Amino acid sequence: MKIFRSLAVFAALLFMSLPVLAQQDVEMADEMRKNGKIYVVVAVMLTILIGLILYLVRLDRKISRMERAGKS
Amino acid sequence: MYKSWWKILSVALLIYTFTAGLLTDVPRLPQLQETIRNLYFHVCMWFGMMILFMVSVVYAIKYLRSNNLRHDIYSRQFATVGILFGVLGYLTGTIWMSYTWADPNNPAYASFRTIAREPKLIGAAIALLIYLAYMVLRDSIQDIDKKARVSAVYNIFAFAMLFPTIWILPRLLPSLHPGGEGEGNPALNYNDIDDSMRLVFYPAVAGWTLLGVWITTLKIRLNLLKEQKLIK
Repeated sequence: MKIFRSLAVFAALLFMSLPVLAQQDVEMADEMRKNGKIYVVVAVMLTILIGLILYLVRLDRKISRMERAGKS
Repeated sequence: MYKSWWKILSVALLIYTFTAGLLTDVPRLPQLQETIRNLYFHVCMWFGMMILFMVSVVYAIKYLRSNNLRHDIYSRQFATVGILFGVLGYLTGTIWMSYTWADPNNPAYASFRTIAREPKLIGAAIALLIYLAYMVLRDSIQDIDKKARVSAVYNIFAFAMLFPTIWILPRLLPSLHPGGEGEGNPALNYNDIDDSMRLVFYPAVAGWTLLGVWITTLKIRLNLLKEQKLIK
């Protein structure tokens, strides 16, 4: 009887490690990170963002100029 | 509107969002996988929309109290950019859901059937339509003062409708979104969002909202210039 109990405890402990596998089983972009391509994605997104921001700055300056001209 | 410190802050926060948003570690959840990073973009659009609509209704009330048409211009422009953020939120949500909610094993119409019944989608659509009606209302009245007064009152109603349609009803019903029936407050709930995500999420909300405010101030300044020219 005692050996069955210890076997059962042993099996339970063994199966308790299964949730750890859940971390590796979820497919993420690790491949992209490993070969450095994630930085390309970041670079592209930042380029688009900076481009749009520069457009906004240009608009802001243009409007400031028009406001100053109107005040004269 | 003319100071630049908060515009520079907005750009800095957005650059941080784009970089840290893609490069930091995120919780590994099944079905969502890397798309969980959309929290910094899609969800921020809706947060930005709420804040912009809030400012819009404050200026609407200010107009009703002061009859100063300047407040009416502010109110309209904040509502316009709020609608833009809402539409962007809807579009980004559509893209996101086509990778997560849509089941590749089912034909398209089967997924569509479930998704079309999603309460937050229906609620957000109703809220945006109410604000689009605000824009139509504004353009339908010729007299400036009457236009400002009627649309300010409508603005208050439209803002009030945001809450039952987007926040209250979707939380009471079973939903594909987080926060559905019985799930509690997502994103802002202390236990619901991972610490690593909160580090990027809060600055992202600030960055996107400040960007929305910047765009709005540009539109307001253009409008004020136009009004000046008309008076001359």
